[in-house]
Amino acid sequence: MKFDKNIKNILIILITTLALSACAAGKKSGVGTSNDVYTGKDTIEYLATGVKDRVFFATNKSSLTTASRDTLRKQASWMRKNKNLNVVLEGHGDERGTREYNLALAEKRANAARDYLLTYGISGKRISVISYGKEKPVNSASTPLSWSQNRRSVTVKTK
Amino acid sequence: MKKIFYILIVFLFKINFAYSLIEVDITRGNLDPLPIAVSPLHVDPQSENYQDNKIKELGKLISSVVEKNFSSTGLFNPLNKDAFVQKPDIAHLKPRFEDWRLITAQALVTGKLLIKDEKLKIEFRLWDVAANKEMIALAFTTTPANWRRVAHIISDKIYERLTGETGYFDTRIIYVSETGPRTQRVKKLAIMDQDGENTKYLTLGNELVLTPRFNPTNQLVTYLSYFRNLPRVYLLDIETGIQEVVGNFPGMTFAPRFSPDGKKIIMSFAKNGNSDIYTMDLESRLVEKITEDSSIDTSPSYSPDGKYIVFNSDRSGLQQIYTMKSDGSGVKRISFGNGLYGTPVWSPRGDLIAFTKVKGGKFYIGVMRADGSGERLLTENFYQEAPSWSPNGRLLVFYRETKAGKNGKGFTAKLWSIDITGYNERELKTETDASDPSWSSLLSK
Repeated sequence: MKFDKNIKNILIILITTLALSACAAGKKSGVGTSNDVYTGKDTIEYLATGVKDRVFFATNKSSLTTASRDTLRKQASWMRKNKNLNVVLEGHGDERGTREYNLALAEKRANAARDYLLTYGISGKRISVISYGKEKPVNSASTPLSWSQNRRSVTVKTK
Repeated sequence: MKKIFYILIVFLFKINFAYSLIEVDITRGNLDPLPIAVSPLHVDPQSENYQDNKIKELGKLISSVVEKNFSSTGLFNPLNKDAFVQKPDIAHLKPRFEDWRLITAQALVTGKLLIKDEKLKIEFRLWDVAANKEMIALAFTTTPANWRRVAHIISDKIYERLTGETGYFDTRIIYVSETGPRTQRVKKLAIMDQDGENTKYLTLGNELVLTPRFNPTNQLVTYLSYFRNLPRVYLLDIETGIQEVVGNFPGMTFAPRFSPDGKKIIMSFAKNGNSDIYTMDLESRLVEKITEDSSIDTSPSYSPDGKYIVFNSDRSGLQQIYTMKSDGSGVKRISFGNGLYGTPVWSPRGDLIAFTKVKGGKFYIGVMRADGSGERLLTENFYQEAPSWSPNGRLLVFYRETKAGKNGKGFTAKLWSIDITGYNERELKTETDASDPSWSSLLSK
């Protein structure tokens, strides 16, 4: 089962890498979104040099983008190097959905990130998950850009 | 089922050879509100100086609470007291109906109060002005501090007599009070009388609290608390302040509601990215899993007979409304319109399901029949959700958020109510910003 999942993940990575290189030219840098997912650098913090603390999601979605997978692989490698570190994954949604559905969706987002870290060999014991639904926006404006920054899973060091 | 739901309450009284009638058509909202005169209650002169002298004003205070209740329905038009000719004590004894007819009153409320043996005694009468008849006469004895409740009970009795519907004035609304900037919002459980009076805060704001819901049979409340940063469903006794966590789940529980008999809590439990619906029996503590699906199943609500559950699920891809039997069998999708549907809640009358709909970037509060037919959208806005029924199933209370500028500027969250006819949309004034309202049952049954 686990082996299959790894293969599947690698395939997805390959396919999405190809897709990305195909459309990289059209991508804006700095701020903005691509396919409803935030691609800018604002709001992001770093767990270590080059290790972003968060990944972003499309509206009503919990699937990881190529960029998110890249971020999570870097997080996994950082966690492997720092064996005493534990993390909590905080899942979030935007203000454009009902409160209870957002709680469930944000939990699903944080778990998508968790599942990916697991496939890169991080023990489940080191990762806990909490959903904040839409209760803790990082950007409180009512704009599509702020919503995209709020749809996120943030990896936070616990100790 | 295409028939329009009409309720016409007609009171017939024989006067000589003619018939007269008062009718309040509750299906049409504020188009033609009934002119009603609420005379200040007469205060017994010997009771005026009881304790702090406040009793002297109580007659006026009670009548203004009753008037405020009536105008909030949109069904009644309380007349200006300046035009009243008859003194309260005389009117209460025997109104001079022609005087009241002159100011176009169709119904008249009179009353008197006195203090006897430290108790407040209140008497009131409702008169049919056109028919020269008394319609109700009732008396209450209570502690003076309870005068507001008496005013609400009087309002309920009159509303019931004139509309044929159960009243909803002697009720409370529990909600989440919100203060501070959006990125560091402080949320507390708060409770107030249905008319916005007597606000009390039930938690201190140290932890995030969400979605309080009343037990329909008593003063228990279930809600979501992030106490110790563990989001779990809690039970709170408003009378004693005692709180306890519901069940022993190894993850987030949320979206709680009571069963109609008040004996169970139905809620979602999220585990490994999947939310399913569970129930817990409050007496036996027995936990039952109701849905088993890899999609998000949440916002469950029982039908008033307890036989069915309505909930929202994204098993079709996006958030839609489903019903099932209370054991989880017979799942059926009932929302098929364009857009997303969430927060379904079954009317206490059983006939309708209220919901939030998201379509074209707008949020709607609507109602549909339990089979999904007859969808009616009552109100459209930038953001609004979470309808909760008045105990008589005639009104919905919900919360509405405004569009925020940079850094959350201009953001507000407020409680609103609307009649299921789509008329009489009003803000319920709260001391702070507010969300997640839940309407109690009638306190006096």
